[in-house]
Amino acid sequence: MINVQDLKKNFGSLQVLKGITTHIDEGEVVVVIGPSGSGKSTFLRCLNKLEDATSGEIVIDGILLDKSEAHINQIRAEVGMVFQRFNLFPHMKVIENITLAPIKVRQKSHDIARKEGMELLKKVGLSDKAEAYPGQLSGGQQQRVAIARALAMHPKIMLFDEPTSALDPELVGEVLDVMKKLAEEGMTMVVVTHEMGFAREVGDRVIFMDDGRICEENIPDEIFTNPYNERTKAFLGKIL
Amino acid sequence: MSNLFVWKNFVEALPFLLTGVKVTITITILAVVIGIILGTLLGLAKLSNTKIFRLVATVYIDIVRGTPLLVQIFIVYLIFPPLFGFNSSDFYRYVAAVLAMGLNSGAYVAEIVRAGIQAIDKGQMEAARSLGMSHAKAMRYIILPQAFKQILPPLGNEFIILLKDSSLASTISVQEMFKNGQDIYNRNWAVVEVLIGVAIIYFIMTFTFSRILAIVERRLKTSD
Ligand SMILES: Nc1ncnc2c1ncn2[C@@H]1O[C@H](COP(=O)(O)OP(=O)(O)OP(=O)(O)O)[C@@H](O)[C@H]1O
Ligand SMILES: [Mg+2]
Repeated sequence: MINVQDLKKNFGSLQVLKGITTHIDEGEVVVVIGPSGSGKSTFLRCLNKLEDATSGEIVIDGILLDKSEAHINQIRAEVGMVFQRFNLFPHMKVIENITLAPIKVRQKSHDIARKEGMELLKKVGLSDKAEAYPGQLSGGQQQRVAIARALAMHPKIMLFDEPTSALDPELVGEVLDVMKKLAEEGMTMVVVTHEMGFAREVGDRVIFMDDGRICEENIPDEIFTNPYNERTKAFLGKIL
Repeated sequence: MSNLFVWKNFVEALPFLLTGVKVTITITILAVVIGIILGTLLGLAKLSNTKIFRLVATVYIDIVRGTPLLVQIFIVYLIFPPLFGFNSSDFYRYVAAVLAMGLNSGAYVAEIVRAGIQAIDKGQMEAARSLGMSHAKAMRYIILPQAFKQILPPLGNEFIILLKDSSLASTISVQEMFKNGQDIYNRNWAVVEVLIGVAIIYFIMTFTFSRILAIVERRLKTSD
């Protein structure tokens, strides 16, 4: 489903990704962990072309991510992204946040988009908030709306960049529950998170990144109980 | 004192001045419309990824903001109308004034638009793009509607500045309020009375407009 070959990314003279090679299968849930500044967000953002790779190759669902605008918009519509700071559109109601892209990008009718939007809101447990504005919701509710908004495009892959890091601790659970449900339905997911419980329970594989490289990747049980890389050990020692 | 300000002269001047108000407001509104269209295009050009757009916008803005409006009005008056084959009628002086003020205002509006767009959180564009929206669609549905609230107050301010500066159109004999005033005191020498009348009318216009603007702004704020 996702094939990454020797991905490198520079910001000016700073090399942030130093050659990432990995493969992610359909339906797989991959959790990316690593210290701050190791390039986790940059890696994720390259996967839907919010950042242009400096070199290397990314193929998603058979489509090569090149400079072609058509390919890029095609990829973006199929790869949903959830941000740390939600990034809901504050000037639109919750339901409008969800239906905007299906209507304007997928050319769906208002009625169908709305019907699907309401189903998605039900799925994330926010049916009663359709007519609210984002500013009237708690952080956890906003993030669940953001997930519903991404799902409205029927993506094949969902990227999550620290989806619970901006939330009060008591609101983390409700967002993780929605993500768990998605994983159970077979969604292909790449999740950057510090929630090790989630990684253990839901993750099929954990990738540990440090200094722009993948240092170690393994099934959660192995990497958490038996890491072989010294940096992985040091990192896990600090956060577990 | 009684000779310096003759109440009768003041009162008699008012109706003549008020006929000029219509012209003052008309040329200001037309100029602002040109300024908003041009300024939006220039503001977007300044934020464009295409270097040549940025360069053209920057050069235009710098030149226009770096030279006096009075000089610009004269240059437009001397160059543009003959270019378009107008003859020396009142109409072409009006066109020259509106055009010069509009071209001038465009440069200032461009900076207002640019700042308004830049004030919107970068995450908004990223979220829109990640949903598959093109840059143009993201601008239209996500960025510009939010930027509008940021842009409105300085845009109102620009309108007020232009309303006052429209008095410069008198220099190319556009019959706006200040020119009407000059015509009156050239006849009766009641310079002080007429100019005080002119000032009062300008003040009433700008004050009223800024009050209306404040109300609109408050409405927009509470709709968040
Ligand atoms: N647009 C940018 N311009 C310049 N440098 C950048 C840019 N974006 C990221 N960087 C740099 O790239 C490096 C990796 O950033 P990235 O956000 O990918 O790290 P991260 O692993 O997600 O960290 P965190 O856990 O803090 O989110 C950092 O040193 C950061 O300063
Ligand atoms: Mg990050």
